Amino acid sequence: MIGIGILEYGFFQNALMTAFFASIACGIIGSYVVVKRMVSISGGISHAAFGGVGLGYLFGVDPLVGAFGFTTLVALGIGVLKEKAGQNLDTLVAAVWAAGMALGIICIGLAPGYAPDLFSYLFGNILLVPASDILMMGVLCGLILAIVALLFTQLQAVTFDEEYARVMNLPVTWLSLILLVLVAVTVVMLIRVVGIILVIALLTLPAATARGYVSRLRTMMVVSVCLGLIFSIGGLYLSYLIDVPSGATIILLATAGYVGSILISRARAG
Amino acid sequence: MIPAIEVRDVSFGHNGSPILDSVSLTVRQGDMYAVIGPNGGGKTTLLKIILGLLPAAQGTVSVFGNAPRDGRHLVGYVPQFRTFDFHYPITVREMVLSGRLSHARGIMRRYQDEDHEVTLEVLEQLNLSHLSDRTLSHLSGGEQQRVILARALVGKPRLLILDEPTVYVDIPTEVHFFDILRELKQSMTILLVSHDIGVISRHVTRVACLNHTLHTHDTPEITEDMIAATYRCPVDIIAHGLPHRVFRNHQEGGPGQ
Repeated sequence: MIGIGILEYGFFQNALMTAFFASIACGIIGSYVVVKRMVSISGGISHAAFGGVGLGYLFGVDPLVGAFGFTTLVALGIGVLKEKAGQNLDTLVAAVWAAGMALGIICIGLAPGYAPDLFSYLFGNILLVPASDILMMGVLCGLILAIVALLFTQLQAVTFDEEYARVMNLPVTWLSLILLVLVAVTVVMLIRVVGIILVIALLTLPAATARGYVSRLRTMMVVSVCLGLIFSIGGLYLSYLIDVPSGATIILLATAGYVGSILISRARAG
Repeated sequence: MIPAIEVRDVSFGHNGSPILDSVSLTVRQGDMYAVIGPNGGGKTTLLKIILGLLPAAQGTVSVFGNAPRDGRHLVGYVPQFRTFDFHYPITVREMVLSGRLSHARGIMRRYQDEDHEVTLEVLEQLNLSHLSDRTLSHLSGGEQQRVILARALVGKPRLLILDEPTVYVDIPTEVHFFDILRELKQSMTILLVSHDIGVISRHVTRVACLNHTLHTHDTPEITEDMIAATYRCPVDIIAHGLPHRVFRNHQEGGPGQ
């Protein structure tokens, strides 16, 4: 098989590890995002991450650490405002979306010197992920798995029927905030893979594709993780073959998979 | 005996317009209480206040002598249809089981053997066992409605609250549903609200009409003055085509003749 030799390169092994962790996180959290219809909120959170990247540059902190802190704060802020915003949530999310990006641009403008890998934060480059970041992704992945395993029944109840969860005396406000923070953590993990601009697609497309074929949330998560692996590793391999940017290739492959699954289920139903 | 629900002088408004105006209502244990009124008359708001989902601006509410939030574990709730996503990947069994979470303890709220046993029992009781592994979107309207009822019943409630329970189903299904409620009435108190006077079956023990203000005579019958006060239009329009027994017979020239 052409190109199998690239597996021997360290950077490529790193890329596979990155794809592995990213697929687990986006399969699990993406399933919640899709069933709870949090896609636009997640889009706002992921774009706001650029503000964190900019703050990182400005204050000389690792931009991903900046993104991690800032995005978590934004997620909590949206969660608190969501209860009060009501109908205006849409507008609020759009404001956070744009304001985060704007903050990032201004910070980078103010930061001394040149921002060398700015492009990779925006569009991702799975081939340039350093080993230290992979370790961080592994830890975050473990954290996500642990929290979801611990709170699975309650998160299912809240994402299925929030009002009924309240009637059953579940700590709905806390669970919603935890879910938003998990989205923020996942977004930061995915930045390395596909970049801030494309994160929302990798978060939602595998889960949305899986949804049409499953009857249980657990199964949806497992199928989403597998699809995430297929899309990210397949996209990586395709981008290597035709020598184009990897992040965008992964997203186009995921989109093709999603559209294909819709056509298949249409054909079945019709 | 402590009343199942005691609502006293409750008022609630939204953006300056009053939704509930000094509403008082007592549901005694063993009642099957129907609250009837037009859409937008405040029925769902009243239920949400009783469930502690909304705070009353004025007045007091108690559920079996407790504040609404503390009384919730004694209550089964059948919300208005379509308040959640019917395409959510959840099986009938999982959804009904989730009704046990009100009894689950600890930070993880893991299900115990008892939770699974009660779920199987209730699925059997409501004739849903053969549908256990299906998802909601693959069920008929009547089946979906029984699943929602089953979720409320697994918590072994002493009070069942139903919000427009038959609004999306056809007449035979509705009749069947009221047969189920009649059985449940033996073992629990029931409060149901509807915009449809037709839901008042002979099983109802007390009726009230609600349109911002509440009118009741603490009887199972709707009287002309209640209808007039609630709907603000002549009785014969509302009563057209309704079963006679809804109205008292003693009113000369009235619709009950």
